[in-house]
Amino acid sequence: MSSSLSPWLALAGLGAFHGLNPAMGWLFAVALGLHRRSRGIVWLALIPIALGHALSVAAVVLLMLGLGTLVETRHVEIVAALLLIGWAAYHWRFAHRHRVRVGMTAGLAGLGLWSFLMATAHGAGLMLLPVLIPICLAAAPAQGLVSAGSLPISLAAIGIHTLAMLAVTAAVSSAVYEIFGLAFLRRGWVNLDLAWIAALVVAGFFLIAA
Amino acid sequence: MPTIAPDPTFYPSPRMAAKAPAESLAYVAAFDPERAMPDAIAVVDVDPASSTFSQIVGQTDMPNTGDELHHFGWNACSSCLCPNASHPHTERRYLIVPGLRSSRLHILDTKDTPKSPKLVKVIEPEEIAEKANYSRIHTIHCGPEGIYANALADAEGNAPGGIMLLDHETFEVRGQWEIDRGPQELAYDFWWHLGHDTMITSEWGLPSTFENGLVPEVLLGSKYGRRLHFWNLHTRKHQQTIELGEEYQLVFELRPAHDPTKAYGFVGCVISLRDLSASIWTWYRDGDRWQVKKTIEIPAEPADPNTLPPVLQGFKAVAPLVTDIDLSMDDRYLYVSCWGTGDMIQYDVTDPLAPKETGRVRIGGIVSRAGHPKAGGPLNGGPQMVEVSRDGRRVYFTNSLYGAVDPQFYPDGIDGWMVKLDVREGGGISFDERFFVNWPKPHRPHQIRLQGGDCSSDSYCYP
Repeated sequence: MSSSLSPWLALAGLGAFHGLNPAMGWLFAVALGLHRRSRGIVWLALIPIALGHALSVAAVVLLMLGLGTLVETRHVEIVAALLLIGWAAYHWRFAHRHRVRVGMTAGLAGLGLWSFLMATAHGAGLMLLPVLIPICLAAAPAQGLVSAGSLPISLAAIGIHTLAMLAVTAAVSSAVYEIFGLAFLRRGWVNLDLAWIAALVVAGFFLIAA
Repeated sequence: MPTIAPDPTFYPSPRMAAKAPAESLAYVAAFDPERAMPDAIAVVDVDPASSTFSQIVGQTDMPNTGDELHHFGWNACSSCLCPNASHPHTERRYLIVPGLRSSRLHILDTKDTPKSPKLVKVIEPEEIAEKANYSRIHTIHCGPEGIYANALADAEGNAPGGIMLLDHETFEVRGQWEIDRGPQELAYDFWWHLGHDTMITSEWGLPSTFENGLVPEVLLGSKYGRRLHFWNLHTRKHQQTIELGEEYQLVFELRPAHDPTKAYGFVGCVISLRDLSASIWTWYRDGDRWQVKKTIEIPAEPADPNTLPPVLQGFKAVAPLVTDIDLSMDDRYLYVSCWGTGDMIQYDVTDPLAPKETGRVRIGGIVSRAGHPKAGGPLNGGPQMVEVSRDGRRVYFTNSLYGAVDPQFYPDGIDGWMVKLDVREGGGISFDERFFVNWPKPHRPHQIRLQGGDCSSDSYCYP
């Protein structure tokens, strides 16, 4: 296990990047607050948004750990890299074409489901793999989860990432709700999809080069 | 290609859309009732400062004849800003133009040459039949899952009609929208309450009962549509049917409140079999069910049978025939087209269950044949497809209903026109004396879409 701080900073940084993306939840929190005329709803919405995101990331991490017990770390990296680049290509081509399952009457459970689906469809968990594979698998290739202590490290990683994501989601949603207002959506809503796709591709190539 | 900033014509809320700049162009569907010349999308200059104000300044012909262009819409609009399904960096640039008779879909690009949109794609009826099993494409709306288009019949011309989805970037037909249609068979219009995850659909009839004109036996037997259907917009399942009653026939245009927190809207019913009156109904949420209430009744006007077309002579009255309605962006004024009597009526619907008339003009009409300050009289046809500017200060309308039905009520023919009303602050409408488009033959004008969006094109997720 690396003693360096940098992987944890990277996980937090990616959490902030995810939180910044309106498709990950801050916009939905703002919309529900405006729709139901309640500041409390904006804050309450953050809980299922963060949980859904964390669950999606956790699912990817579990798959990675599972694969790590079966094959060499290098093979996990190659599989993850291919997934990342494939996800980026799919996102580029078909992201606009998703089935909408949750609408403005969403309750907290619906919002959690929505957040889980959005994080999964966007490959949020996959994007963390270049950081997670070294700290979770490199020390203990092709061994059990428990023996290497991979599980607690993974949980800590998901926790750090989600906390950073939650903090930025909270900051952006309250800034838009309290200060900037809806006009922000017309002016300030820059296209993060391109940056997102680029991040997926960079993460993929990073793993191949590792 | 996606853009960096959201399309400037997208507005998060109707409140903000109402402050949009005034439109300078109007797109108008024009069709040849003889089906000899290609139908067209005409472009009308609506900028009062322009030297070609009130003139057709461009036109894009369809590649075939006999399409019967009718309603149309945009590939993308303000619903792209919705939080649950955002696509803010898509451009509003393509008009989706169906042929109601041909079931052919045309995609026109307005971006580079807004005065002569370029035809960029044609989707043939065979493709729609194969992928969605629908035909007779009618209303187009941009929405959360792409482009929604409804159809009045299945591929063979039978029931059920319904809704299909198109990809809003590639325009590929993706298939039927409905997952569980319940008892719904007939179709006419559809729209939704984005804030309440509800789709609403209305009913006309099957092609065999309108493509050669309305069939009196079907009408008098109350076999045309008289129901509203409510659906879950996201599970795509039918939830509730509301029957207006046996005397009410032809339930047409649906205008939900633009404010997404409001759960009410208006629908027009063309005719009552009891007394030929037309009516407006308000639907509203009552607990976890939808209810409707008749909130406006417009009576028939007694008339000398010699001045009436054969279909009305026995009744000695002219029916108002409410065939289109439109709601201003602030949900304050409802505009009601009475294609039979020739009235365009403005109602204050601040209280949606108690509308108050605040303005009325008359032009054309089966009996009245009223004139226009710029054109004089007599004029035929009557107020029909009506569109309201986003700021609510201008109202545009045309005078043709449907090729096969026009001669049943106007047997001596319809000469197309398009006019504009100015809306007074606090209510009241009057003709813009400078605006009258004497529509060039052989075409007749139908639906109007305003550049950048109008009051029946966009839906909103934020109040």
